[in-house]
Amino acid sequence: MVCSFRGYASPENYPRAPEPTFVNVAFFIIALGTLATAAVAMSLRNLIHSALLLIGSWAGIGAFYLWAGAEFVAFGQVLVYVGAVSMVVLFAVLLTRHSRDDSGFEPDSIGRAVSALIVGGTVLGVLVGAVLSTPLKSATEVPAAVQVRSLGLQLMGPHAAALLVVGVVLTVALLGAVVIASPDRPADRKEEP
Amino acid sequence: MSFSDLHLCLLFSSALFCVGLIGVLARSNTILVLLGVELMLNAANINFIAFWRFGPTPEPATGVMFVLFAIAVAAAEAAVGLALVIAIYRHKRTIRLQEANTLKG
Repeated sequence: MVCSFRGYASPENYPRAPEPTFVNVAFFIIALGTLATAAVAMSLRNLIHSALLLIGSWAGIGAFYLWAGAEFVAFGQVLVYVGAVSMVVLFAVLLTRHSRDDSGFEPDSIGRAVSALIVGGTVLGVLVGAVLSTPLKSATEVPAAVQVRSLGLQLMGPHAAALLVVGVVLTVALLGAVVIASPDRPADRKEEP
Repeated sequence: MSFSDLHLCLLFSSALFCVGLIGVLARSNTILVLLGVELMLNAANINFIAFWRFGPTPEPATGVMFVLFAIAVAAAEAAVGLALVIAIYRHKRTIRLQEANTLKG
């Protein structure tokens, strides 16, 4: 596998479409898989199917991180999204169902879907136009692979304060989530089906 | 039209962002709206990684660091959001967004 695609040898090679190398094909497979699973998940009525498909979409994003050379972020994505957030989402889906066959409620109105599609398509058009009309140069050399050791040194050195703040934020948020979700009144408990 | 790998990554993330946006706007299920927001967050993270990887001046690991923090905050957001969904369900017996239109408990 020749990574000729990753960074052109010289800047004058830049103004042309990248040739379809193996790496490029891998990117297209990852992108199409991720987009297709996300779109189908957003359009399904059954919420459990949507959640399971979104897990596939998150895994595809993790594969993109691997493809881009950010291995540690890919592992973080798999751990946090594919592992933790998906379980929380599935629990929330199962806890908010009336019965076993309750797969959702009446379908959303057509007008709402059409207006959402119009807005989304407009935003997509604006974004694609802006991206395509901007002359972005790819890096001429491949950046050195980020070692986990250097990441740890950066986290403990220049970013130590941010790391502490993120730890506090996570602790407070998870405690708050428990407080919000726990039944506080006996009347609430009696109502449970 | 000439485009580079950075363009491809940005187009990918734009499409993912719009899929999430359409989901947020079109669906009235609170959990699906939250999942759409998560998709949009992931699209932003893809942009960070793309600019770190293919950007003109590859700074060592700045984009990676930002994405790590963003993932941590997104996890906290998902936990609090789903707890709010459960709390709303306990009060209203439904998670339809149109029903949750008062701030009274």
